Amino acid sequence: MATGFDPSGRLPDFFTSTSTSSFTQFLSQAAPELLPGRRPLPSGLSADIAPHGTTIVAIATADGVVMAGDRRATMGNLIASRDIKKVHPADAYSLIGIAGTAGIGIELIRLFQVELEHYEKIEGTMLSLDGKANRLAAMVRGNLGAAMQGLAVVPLFAGFDLSPSDPARAGRIFSFDVAGGLYEETGYEAIGSGSLFAKSALKKRYRAGLSTDDAINLAVEALYDAADDDTATGGPDVTRKIYPVVMTATASGTHRLSDEEITTVAERVVAGRVENPGG
Amino acid sequence: MAMQFYASPEQVQRDRSEYARKGIARGRSAVVLTYEGGILLVAENITTLRKISEIYDKIAFAAVGRYNEFEALRRGGVRMADMVGLSYDRRDVTGRALANTYTQTLGAIFSETQKPYEVEICVAQVGVSPEADELYRITYDGSVMDEPGFMAMGGQAEAIGNVLRERHDATAELTVALALAAEALGSVGGENGQARTLTPKQLEVAVLDRRRPGRAFRRITGAALTTLLGHEAVPEAELGDVDAAPPAPAEGKPTESAASEDTEK
Repeated sequence: MATGFDPSGRLPDFFTSTSTSSFTQFLSQAAPELLPGRRPLPSGLSADIAPHGTTIVAIATADGVVMAGDRRATMGNLIASRDIKKVHPADAYSLIGIAGTAGIGIELIRLFQVELEHYEKIEGTMLSLDGKANRLAAMVRGNLGAAMQGLAVVPLFAGFDLSPSDPARAGRIFSFDVAGGLYEETGYEAIGSGSLFAKSALKKRYRAGLSTDDAINLAVEALYDAADDDTATGGPDVTRKIYPVVMTATASGTHRLSDEEITTVAERVVAGRVENPGG
Repeated sequence: MAMQFYASPEQVQRDRSEYARKGIARGRSAVVLTYEGGILLVAENITTLRKISEIYDKIAFAAVGRYNEFEALRRGGVRMADMVGLSYDRRDVTGRALANTYTQTLGAIFSETQKPYEVEICVAQVGVSPEADELYRITYDGSVMDEPGFMAMGGQAEAIGNVLRERHDATAELTVALALAAEALGSVGGENGQARTLTPKQLEVAVLDRRRPGRAFRRITGAALTTLLGHEAVPEAELGDVDAAPPAPAEGKPTESAASEDTEK
């Protein structure tokens, strides 16, 4: 990477400066073109040029949080992808899911992952969960220009708080709006086109202090309900064996359910719906 | 009228070298050596300010000398590694590229500025086997050396290096390697040339774990370090953790990353 190196071969000052521990702030000096918010956009509405990711749900449990996302990306009336992964670990104790323009969302996740790891390495300690959420809000805010032209992306952030003010509520969920607004949610939250239906399902069935296993079940049920009424959300694909991505964040870190684990849960949910389509 | 003194370039270089060497010699030493399970980095350090740290997945940094100077280099290394990893892929970040950057930087500082950096640094990259490990020693004047499996830095590096040279074994267990490192560091600096026995409190210890997928760097501190120094093995899971203490990934899975599909299982 030749960015900004002076002819002597010496690292430029902003590489060694102690003024910031933030990777995005550093990039804004070293390689601003790598930051999504810094690119000039052609004028006009460009909402339909790229695939969109859809529904993500997150549920707080007694041990932490569960986050699940369907696997569909759409472009207008077409299915752009059947097996996109929209839920990822942000770091060892937190999860991030995205809805909206998939390309920008994936880039946001990559940048956010590096941002958190970078801080950890520079400072030798992890950001607090609120600190991580605030950083993410700032990054979403940076995308406002693109959002106003139809390339909006909204993340859902959840994690296990290592130093919570209330130990019973170590699993915390944060939602965002396109302008970078940050809101802490109680209990559960969903984003994306099917979120209305997913949240309605969760509203009726969520109870505080759920076990992780029950929350996983509930998340998959909620995604089923979203897919039932929203064409942009993918339901369990039994023929191809494509099931939602489900991740947990607890005191022992983040964990993605294996294919076998999620197949068992998804098939049980589908079997239940065969008997009673309303769930 | 003020007299203009002439100093030959050779004299200037010699003076700077001497100045840097003296500065480095004042500090405590550090050793880096390969063992069967990875690369072990040990520094004699009684402060909480770190001499050893993580740069990237398979790369660690160890330094001796002036803290503010090697800390600036460390930050530069982390930033560079993260930027390359984001632009290309996590696998495209290499120890050699980093060593090249450091040698250029230190070389430029040495020849262009009045005061050279009083540091000596090591860039270590762990491979799949001890033969694939890479250790680079970069000195204050920007010279770089590819070390053969072990290296000592700091004030009495030569004496410490001699102990390592005689006894280093790349197929040794962690306990054996750590005992050797502690003994080597303790072999100098005692009263009347006597060897010292270093306690866990005097040591900063970390490993690049060959078998750990994703980020291989782990600090060994507290009870795990005391046990290891007592020549007892410590189960894998009870070793220290990365700086921020993320747990070992469940079932040996790497921490997933959208940054590289390759690390997803």
